[in-house]
Amino acid sequence: MTIKYTKDHEWVRVEGDVGTVGVSDHAQHQLGDVVFVELPDVGRALQQGKEAAVVESVKAASDVYAPVSGEVVEVNHELENEPARVNTGAETDGWFFKLRLTNPAELDGLMDEAAYKAFVEGQA
Amino acid sequence: MTEAAENLKTTPLHGLHLELKGRMVPFAGYDMPVQYPLGILKEHQHTRDKAGLFDVSHMGQVRLTGDDPAAALEALVPGDIKGLARGRMRYTLFLNEQGGILDDLMVTNAGDHLFLVVNAACKEQDVAHMRDRLKGKAEVELLDDLALMALQGPAAAGVLARFIPEAATMKFMSYLPATFNGIPVVITRSGYTGEDGYEISCDTSDAETIARALLAEDEVEAIGLGARDSLRLEAGLCLYGHDIDTTTTPVEAALEWALSKRRREEGGFPGHAIIKGQLENGAPRRRVGLRTEGRQPAREHTDICDASGNKIGEVTSGGFGPTFNAPVAMGYVDRAHAALDTPVQLMVRGKPLAAKVAAMPFVPQRYYRG
Repeated sequence: MTIKYTKDHEWVRVEGDVGTVGVSDHAQHQLGDVVFVELPDVGRALQQGKEAAVVESVKAASDVYAPVSGEVVEVNHELENEPARVNTGAETDGWFFKLRLTNPAELDGLMDEAAYKAFVEGQA
Repeated sequence: MTEAAENLKTTPLHGLHLELKGRMVPFAGYDMPVQYPLGILKEHQHTRDKAGLFDVSHMGQVRLTGDDPAAALEALVPGDIKGLARGRMRYTLFLNEQGGILDDLMVTNAGDHLFLVVNAACKEQDVAHMRDRLKGKAEVELLDDLALMALQGPAAAGVLARFIPEAATMKFMSYLPATFNGIPVVITRSGYTGEDGYEISCDTSDAETIARALLAEDEVEAIGLGARDSLRLEAGLCLYGHDIDTTTTPVEAALEWALSKRRREEGGFPGHAIIKGQLENGAPRRRVGLRTEGRQPAREHTDICDASGNKIGEVTSGGFGPTFNAPVAMGYVDRAHAALDTPVQLMVRGKPLAAKVAAMPFVPQRYYRG
């Protein structure tokens, strides 16, 4: 099992050929209180770096991009009733969707946990 | 501590905002806290439940003096300023010749002068406008040496009375010079949240002392601009530059209550003919509240469409109302669609979101009526 991060602050945790996607704890902190999440439809084909979901805080809407390409196989319906899970568990039960990877080699271009941590600190 | 970004101005409470770990953002040329660690939702709700302290020192405080500054100012605004009793205040608008709104402001009859509070982003332009148009009739002084704080919420009166006992019995929209722990202040019972509360004007050098004294009270939390925006939106109050601007008239903006009866008849303010016509025949479009089904907010610039998908207007402010516990928005629609409960569609990211024209405020105003 491996977790990778993007420069846009998404994470993807891969088990077999399925990746679970969410936004990083750093991102939820920057967003502030999340009040709505728009999830992709199951079956939708997502392209790496393209819009996949939308997360809305009290103040603003932000796009969530697909960290890797794949087909959406499941979405986290819990977020529809309880969007604040993105704040309380950004990298656990606040996940957005799962996708079946179509090009696992894309993972090689993402950051591991240590690299992402350094990336965030470099931005501060 | 981080310094303010280059070219941004700071208020006298800037150091305190940093100490309180406010998340600083540029706003109207100032480095201001959008939220503190509490977060917008909790800051919003705290203000509705207890009391919130807001730094609004970026706003323009202006003194108008002269033989009859009230009569002079009436040439620029549609409010009854001459009829304002000493110690009373009123919301009014600077208008252009088309009846468009140059800024919205509070005017207080402070006895020997008029005391104005104008929007931060407009203050230089407002002062220039008054100096130009009121030349020889009134002296205009931008009071850069003053800070301004707002203490808002149901506990505000109880808290402020510990320092200024006479604050408790002030009427809504009244003004009182007072002392706060020996510090001279000027307070008004007014605000921008829909709650009871006060604005406190003081010398810049005293602002931090007063802010710290208020924050030391159990009921008071520091509140950022994010919650200030969600609070005013729930209260149905306009944000200049968004819900009203030079292209909107007071009638389109549903601000007829700011057009004093005498002034409607007498005129003598810019745009009177256009506004009078709109009062008699209706305006082509109206500012309305919008209530959506579900939890998805519709933001500023979202297109508003009729049931057939024809564009009938645009959202000017929209977000999530923490107290309303649902999305809240306001915007302009063509007059044919402005009636309460008219079904409309909001086009959010290309998809229609069902909505209805709704009454404002979304949350009942709780001003002190004595």
